[in-house]
Amino acid sequence: MIAYLLRRLLYAIPILIGVNLLTFALFFMVNTPDDMARMQLGVKRVTPEAIEDWKRERGYDRPLFVNASAEGGARFTDTIFFDKSVRLFAFDFGFSDDGRDIGREIRERMGPSLAIALPVFVLGLFAYVCAALLLVFFRQTPLDLAGVIACVVLMSVSAMFYIIGGQYLVSKAWRLAPISGFADGVAMVPFLLLPVVIGVVAGIGSSTRWYRTIFLDEMGREYVRTARAKGLSEMRVLSGHVLRNAMIPILTGVVVVIPSLFLGSLLFESFFGIPGLGSYTIDAINAQDFAVVRAMVFLGSVLYIVGLVLTDLSYAWVDPRVRFA
Amino acid sequence: MIGQGSFLPVLLWTDALVFLLVAVLCAFAWSCWRNENLRRGWRRVAGNSIGMGSAVVLALFVGIGLLDSLHFRPALEKPGEGGKAAYSVDVLSVLDLLVAPLRERREKTYSAPLAAVSFQKETIERPDGAQVREFPRLRHGGAHLADPADRAADVALRAVAGLLAGVLAAGAFCTLWIAAIARRRRAAFRATLVDIRRGVGDGVNWRALLVTASVLLVLAGPVVVLSAHYHVLGTSKIGQSVLYLSLKSIRTSLVIGTLTTLVLMPFAVLLGIAAGYFKGWVDDLIQYVYTTIESIPSVLLIAAGVLLIQVYMETRPGLFETSAQRADFRLLMLCVILGLANWTGLCRLLRGEALKLRELEYVQAAHAFGVSHWRIIVRHLAPNMLHIVLISAVMGFSGLVLAEAVLSYVGVGVDPSMISFGTMINDARLEMAREPMVWWSLASAFAFMLALVLAANLFADAVRDAFDPRSTVRRAGFRIGPVRGPGRAGERA
Repeated sequence: MIAYLLRRLLYAIPILIGVNLLTFALFFMVNTPDDMARMQLGVKRVTPEAIEDWKRERGYDRPLFVNASAEGGARFTDTIFFDKSVRLFAFDFGFSDDGRDIGREIRERMGPSLAIALPVFVLGLFAYVCAALLLVFFRQTPLDLAGVIACVVLMSVSAMFYIIGGQYLVSKAWRLAPISGFADGVAMVPFLLLPVVIGVVAGIGSSTRWYRTIFLDEMGREYVRTARAKGLSEMRVLSGHVLRNAMIPILTGVVVVIPSLFLGSLLFESFFGIPGLGSYTIDAINAQDFAVVRAMVFLGSVLYIVGLVLTDLSYAWVDPRVRFA
Repeated sequence: MIGQGSFLPVLLWTDALVFLLVAVLCAFAWSCWRNENLRRGWRRVAGNSIGMGSAVVLALFVGIGLLDSLHFRPALEKPGEGGKAAYSVDVLSVLDLLVAPLRERREKTYSAPLAAVSFQKETIERPDGAQVREFPRLRHGGAHLADPADRAADVALRAVAGLLAGVLAAGAFCTLWIAAIARRRRAAFRATLVDIRRGVGDGVNWRALLVTASVLLVLAGPVVVLSAHYHVLGTSKIGQSVLYLSLKSIRTSLVIGTLTTLVLMPFAVLLGIAAGYFKGWVDDLIQYVYTTIESIPSVLLIAAGVLLIQVYMETRPGLFETSAQRADFRLLMLCVILGLANWTGLCRLLRGEALKLRELEYVQAAHAFGVSHWRIIVRHLAPNMLHIVLISAVMGFSGLVLAEAVLSYVGVGVDPSMISFGTMINDARLEMAREPMVWWSLASAFAFMLALVLAANLFADAVRDAFDPRSTVRRAGFRIGPVRGPGRAGERA
């Protein structure tokens, strides 16, 4: 088990190196720091001196890989590649283009992101699985058909319409919850209600349908027939047997996103004014702050890989048959 | 206005690719016709009422999109220097010509659907010199009315007339269609009508086609009649007809949904088959590449790509002759970036399938006869994977249409000057905060997007059921990645 985990973690290293090289190539070789500077300073009437200053302030004025003017180890460490890319492995994200410490921003903003993403994740999973079990329980009845039709219609609506519609109805027309904003501590609860509810509703169509397919797949198996032959009620068959056996496909899709919950959601955070990592990313994209986008790309990949390892662990947890080679 | 027959055809990059795609689809249709299995699959789609109905709706959208893909620059009235014709910098499409009244009749600013007066009060000078604040009359909307108070009656009258016209058109369409089928079957018109109503005959569900087309025609009737004198869906901030904006958005959505697939297909197919067929280090390398790309949250990968394109375009002004070409280049690049970020799911599926197929006896036999790898792949593997490619392409479409709106909202989508559902929704956010609210452009974007995405989803389901009853292909499509709307979990690959 531990050996397996270690191997998975070792396998993650080349992937992270790949991500790192890819982002480095995208941000420093396809587009040079000169391009970035010109973009930030305005394309027209920009003097070479201004570009040099901009690059020096942010440490972009060094060579890419090998610094011929430096001595010893500094030949390789005093380069853009080492400073901007290799340091990411130590979670040293450096400074954003407007001079703020990215690492600190990330630590501060993880909390609000998690405060909205976690309830949406947990409540959503519960709601979708229950709804899917309900549809499977009433399979091949008009209720099932209506449910599936509702799911297809719901999944055809962009999440943005749920957000705008929800904000209008709940906050503007009924005045039940604040339209957007955030507060610390317990005071955040009223601000979270609306985004969490909308978050759950927005995903109900596609997720319920997906879980329904998984459960229906399991319904055709032999063990279901055996369970029924034993005289178990349909409820017991569903909750005791089908749900447990459907855990593997469910976990495959679910566990991998858990670490990424820290990153929050671009859409929800920008619509609801939540100061999390999602809105941080949007702001960085709009301000064309490449340092932040680069840091988020790397962080996102790390969390995704952690999610993959967790997925494998969860298999072992729910399914005793899983023996690691 | 357009000079007589004088125009400069413009082939935008996306136009060229759209027509390439049409050519590819024609070739595909031809190969479907020769392949018994595929033909049977399409027959099943055509026999399915939901599949047929959604196909009609999609065909309407595609038709609008294709008309909007034939671009040209009209000649200016005054010839340029040296007597050579000068052309406008506006790039128009055939659709623009067809709906010219919608495009040209612009108001000053917002007006509600079917309104005769403006949305905002303005200070107007009366003929007697007194200044009053009131809602000014619109330049075009309801301009034929002597008194704006007659509007409701006028609208109702025209709506009924339009409805009647729609019903007539639907009746004519159905009659012609049934007559054509009757002629082909060499049956009497009446007998064919009864057959179609009962759903018996050649396995194609003509009833669904006729019902859907009739509904569309009946709906279109009032819209066409009313838009002669009103702005049916209101006007936008700069006074453009919202109906026109919605029609123009269709092409953007379709281009994103289809060209992205065209871009990702070669990567997914070639690499997927190569990985599964050759195994060994080829497989390891390809798996490594796609795992690496998959591990980057796709919104961020797309954002990074689009930012780079922006830098590239900003630092090289003068690359494009017209703003339409500029916006088009960005649209194309967006498709390329989306494609590069999204080929991994299909590649994974095809790799698995190739691993399975290569062990089958007929492939082994071909191997033993010394057939080359390339021939085995082309003759034996590829045709047996076609249904997976087809299903995932159709299923990915709706996800991409939804993704376009989100990305444009986030600021890494299409060019802000390009008309798309995303930009419409983006503008609508501020409009919703106004008092009284400007709801019509959001509602129009909602309705058009729902119609398009719902039709695409239903069609995709019909295709999946027809070609793959065991439905091994999941809804692949766009993966908003870890940084995504919480709860849109179903969009995961």
